Amino acid sequence: MFRYILRRLAWAIPTLLIVTFLVYLALRIGTDPVASYKRVNPRATRAKVQQYIDVNGLDPNFVKGYLTWLRNFVTGDWAPSIKGRREVWPALKDAMANTLRLGTAATVVGIFFGLIAGVFAALRPGGKRDVFINTSAFVGISIPPFISAILLQLLFAVYWQRWFGESLFPTSGVYPPGHSGFDLPLMIRYMVLPTIVVAIQIIATYSRYMRSSLLDVLNSDYMRTARSKGISERRVLVKHGMRNALIPVVTIAALDVGSIVGGLIITENIFSYPGMGLYFLKSFGEGDFPLLMPWMVVIVASVLLFNLIADISYAWLDPRIRLE
Amino acid sequence: MMGEKVMQIRDLHVTFDTPSGPLEAVRGVDLEVEAGELLGVVGESGSGKSVTFLATMGLLPTRAHVTGSVVLEGEQLIGASAKKMRDVRGRLLSMIFQDPLSALNPVHRIGDQISEMLHSHQSLTRRESEKRAIELLDIVGIPQPADRARQYPHEFSGGMRQRVVIAIAIANNPKVLIADEPTTALDVTVQAQILEVIERVQERFGTAVVLITHDLGVIARVADRVNVMYAGRNVEHGTIHSLFDHPSHPYTRGLLASLPRAGKQRLKPITGFPPNMLQPPSGCAFHPRCEFAADVCRGAMPELRQIDDLQSACVRAKELPRAESFV
Repeated sequence: MFRYILRRLAWAIPTLLIVTFLVYLALRIGTDPVASYKRVNPRATRAKVQQYIDVNGLDPNFVKGYLTWLRNFVTGDWAPSIKGRREVWPALKDAMANTLRLGTAATVVGIFFGLIAGVFAALRPGGKRDVFINTSAFVGISIPPFISAILLQLLFAVYWQRWFGESLFPTSGVYPPGHSGFDLPLMIRYMVLPTIVVAIQIIATYSRYMRSSLLDVLNSDYMRTARSKGISERRVLVKHGMRNALIPVVTIAALDVGSIVGGLIITENIFSYPGMGLYFLKSFGEGDFPLLMPWMVVIVASVLLFNLIADISYAWLDPRIRLE
Repeated sequence: MMGEKVMQIRDLHVTFDTPSGPLEAVRGVDLEVEAGELLGVVGESGSGKSVTFLATMGLLPTRAHVTGSVVLEGEQLIGASAKKMRDVRGRLLSMIFQDPLSALNPVHRIGDQISEMLHSHQSLTRRESEKRAIELLDIVGIPQPADRARQYPHEFSGGMRQRVVIAIAIANNPKVLIADEPTTALDVTVQAQILEVIERVQERFGTAVVLITHDLGVIARVADRVNVMYAGRNVEHGTIHSLFDHPSHPYTRGLLASLPRAGKQRLKPITGFPPNMLQPPSGCAFHPRCEFAADVCRGAMPELRQIDDLQSACVRAKELPRAESFV
């Protein structure tokens, strides 16, 4: 087990190298900061242009440029952003913290209610409750976040203000403009709407996962064996049913959490929520690869890490799976 | 002890609601299980043999309507409360299922699955139940029971898993053990071993065993008495000797004639197909396939009647030529 984890972690290194190189290539081919520098400063001397290239690591040889970036990245000597020459780490760190907060809140709320809904749906398939939960899940999956976000903003901010004098939940940011310091209740109020938007999607998908997984289990022979023992229906359901039904769901959840670190691009954009998604949109729009490359590393690392966690949890929950 | 009736089934009917209408899978079954005996129940797929005994266990899905009477140790089970049925299941009445590969929960240890059955009806400490689980594994012939109790089902072969299922079923020393095709999913050498385990349990604990099977060879080896079922009814009933020596019902004769035997050139199958239970044939459900069918067979549904030392549901039983003996 320990050796398995070590091997998986060792494999993460070549994966990271390959992915970052491909991303570097894509960014360099897709954007040309030197050209825009020349456009903005038409009278820049050749020496000035060369200086711009050197400072930002824009070597025309992509391989050499990538190796330079890699060396600087690994040694911690990160280049500042091209635009504004800001330090990358503080911006990235804040974005990560904000996204983790939103992602965790939405995932916990979403998976909790999703699993409950799925269980209720599976207990009486075809019943009224099942039809209601299925239909709601279908609607929830079908409404894209940019629609549900705007509807929620209209209801809780715009109309609420019209009806009751002030809006119930703010619609953008983490804190009101000009606020400084930490204020938990205020932060929670700012997080409510984006959390709901993301949680709706998670509830909808996880109720479906849980329903089908539990239905499979409920129809299996060992559930009949469990009932034939004369134990309570509750025990049959929890100890024999849920334990088995959760195995695939937990695995999918671990994979999903890994990808949430990448930011909830649409939701963060609508709520101007300064997380990883908004960070990406801003830096990508400006072709700012000193900002983008570390963002990419974080995302790839998190996907790899949560894949590993998914595999470990799978082996831990299901004795038939042994990692080696 | 022998001859005392532990379970009596009277006029049992089971109807399922299906999208194509009600399907009556069991249509008035009467049978008795005597203490300590090994009762064989034979019939082809869909004859209602499993459904009959799932009904006695209260393990049918809720869309099944059960009427009639099942009396176990003087207590009526049909219509009994869920709590009452939980108390009966696993204590007085327990069941072994067809497919041992899927009958055990893959995520729990073997020992824990046996202990759960013990704790469900006895108050034992954890240590006592662990010890008892190991004893039970030993009784059903699992080597190194203490080590095996800590393993998971996937570490056992099919035959070994069926032994575990038996160990669970006999944990509380039930009055009646229902074995629903316990050897069907196993290969032939393992089948014989599992039958031996079941016989050993029956002899050692005086448990009455109901062996449901479509395999007359299995019945011939181990059963004391046999019930033959067709289309949700009992069509013939008698001791193993009289049934194999002079079967009276044409369906039983057909089953026996279709068995492979040394020196016999060709198998003689029963022609036709099992009836569609959504619209069962009138009268004797076997008449469309029966070589002796007459007008009288299409009339009323025949009841079991005493014909010599057998009970037969064939109205023409007395007129038919004597069948070949299979003893």
